[in-house]
Amino acid sequence: MSKLFSEKTKQVFLGPLSKNNPITVQVLGICSALAVTAKLEPALVMGLSVTIIVAFANVIISLLRNTIPNRIRIIVQLVVVAALVTIVSEILKAFAYDVSVQLSVYIGLIITNCILMGRLEAFAMGNKPWESFVDGLGNGFGYAWILVVVAFFRELLGSGSLFGFKVIPQSLYEAGYSNNGLMILPPMALVLVACIIWVHRSKNKELQE
Amino acid sequence: MENIASIFVKSIFVDNMIFAYFLGMCSYLAVSKNVKTSLGLGAAVIFVLGITLPVNYLLENYFLKEGALKWISPELASLDLSYLAFILFIAVIAAITQLVEMVVEKFSPSLYASLGIFLPLIAVNCAIMGGSLFMQQREFGNIGEATSYAVGSGVGWMLAIVGLAAIREKMEYSDVHAPLRGLGITFITVALMGIAFMCFSGLKI
Repeated sequence: MSKLFSEKTKQVFLGPLSKNNPITVQVLGICSALAVTAKLEPALVMGLSVTIIVAFANVIISLLRNTIPNRIRIIVQLVVVAALVTIVSEILKAFAYDVSVQLSVYIGLIITNCILMGRLEAFAMGNKPWESFVDGLGNGFGYAWILVVVAFFRELLGSGSLFGFKVIPQSLYEAGYSNNGLMILPPMALVLVACIIWVHRSKNKELQE
Repeated sequence: MENIASIFVKSIFVDNMIFAYFLGMCSYLAVSKNVKTSLGLGAAVIFVLGITLPVNYLLENYFLKEGALKWISPELASLDLSYLAFILFIAVIAAITQLVEMVVEKFSPSLYASLGIFLPLIAVNCAIMGGSLFMQQREFGNIGEATSYAVGSGVGWMLAIVGLAAIREKMEYSDVHAPLRGLGITFITVALMGIAFMCFSGLKI
């Protein structure tokens, strides 16, 4: 056990959750992060799918890292990722059809999600399988939590519900409260991510530009 | 013909790749620091989209779709290979970007000098893959429509990145709150541009 969770592995896992977050610091994988966050459920599914795919793609590429010729490595990485994404997409279609319809093309777009290529290039190509797996999990969760936070606020303020259940009581609506329609619109996701960045960078001064 | 023109205009303004679907955000945020490079990247995106999307359209309609293999023999009509779409589309995109890079390098060194560094980046640009996936979803009637959608989306993307780059060049001189400087304020700028672009969303062409 002590070998599995050495100080370095812990660092590899915890780094991407905050100091080295894929979205707010590395600026990777923004496309899907913004498009699927109007509701909590698709955001959660997307976060989990990306986590699983990054972790396993990292392991596979890390196992192959000494045999991949340098010139064609991007194509090899893309094929590995595309195969994993196809599996996840077929599983979603089979077991969670509604969510897979809501996510539409964005599941397919995990292939070109920069987090994947970024992690494969920067980490899996030069590290052992176990560390790469942990790195994939860390980055996946770092991505997922931003998605969930953004989706939480957008669904709460935009539709007054969480996971599809109404949480804002009817009496409040009768008193004159109304849902903020602007939150549903795509641009608000950008503003919310900007706010997360703002808070995050005020706390971690060394990240400021 | 009318249809082709309306798809073109629609894909630039109403279904803008950046503001309506957030595709190609990574390179959009990373390369929009000055107008000149963003023009180069925009041109490269139009170029690659305009080539890969029609190719993927043919692939989709003569190979992947249910019943698409009829032209080989009637027995294959019931075959549905659409689960291979992701792998084939990305392979086509990666191969074509590689090919385009080599051809441009050979025949037009000056163009290569200005586009060259962006071409490998483009293989993993979500806008290119997204274009192909949207093409699959929207079921265009013929290859002309698909091509006009491709070029239109590319132009829309270029418009967006050049606009953002111009704003960011000016913003260098403004006094932004320190934690928000750089990435944060860029996000907010994109959001405001997106809201501005929403005025096109009710447009019926």
